[in-house]
Amino acid sequence: MANTQAMCTSFKTELMTATHNFGTAPTRGTGTADTFYAALYETTATLNAATTAYTTSGEVSGLGYSAGGVAVTNATAPTSSGTTAYWTPSASLVYTGVTLTTAFDTVLIYNQTQSNKAVSVHTFGSQTITAGTFTLTMPANTNTTALLRLA
Amino acid sequence: MALVTTTKGEMDDSLLEKREGSLDNDNELTRWVEYWLDGELVHRSVHVHLKKNVFADGMAAMFG
Repeated sequence: MANTQAMCTSFKTELMTATHNFGTAPTRGTGTADTFYAALYETTATLNAATTAYTTSGEVSGLGYSAGGVAVTNATAPTSSGTTAYWTPSASLVYTGVTLTTAFDTVLIYNQTQSNKAVSVHTFGSQTITAGTFTLTMPANTNTTALLRLA
Repeated sequence: MALVTTTKGEMDDSLLEKREGSLDNDNELTRWVEYWLDGELVHRSVHVHLKKNVFADGMAAMFG
């Protein structure tokens, strides 16, 4: 037998479920999952790894779009495979019946339950929508392709 | 015949010019459909299938 230095895979998964707390953190009065949202941003916005929370600055606006975006369907709990913990929304993000004439290329996933704190920023080719539907389909929920991965 | 939601309300697609396109790269597979009426864009829908994810590499630091 030999010991191997590592960050425990179970810990990575538990980071995604707020099991560990190394500092001051929100008090959780419930054991249920938080509510996450997905907001769209114009190409001129500056969302990146430094983004800490949802903001209306740079968010798209237009007919049929509600500020804050749409709720993320979260029916699949984080899990792990190999040494990678991962999670993916369990349904596509769908913005139905919208007109967004200013080009946008980014979606921000954020935690509405925890003061709209940012989770991740995802970019795609610049788009506009005219009296139509914008659909973002998620990658497969595996340890190599999931939307969020801790490896 | 099918009805299409447009900036001018529901319209029969036979009255409209349909244009489609796609983009496939390492980041996404995107398909879009447009309907035009007399040179005016009256409907555009887009479907983006994300391929890439965001990745955090967790490492335990060595002592010393």
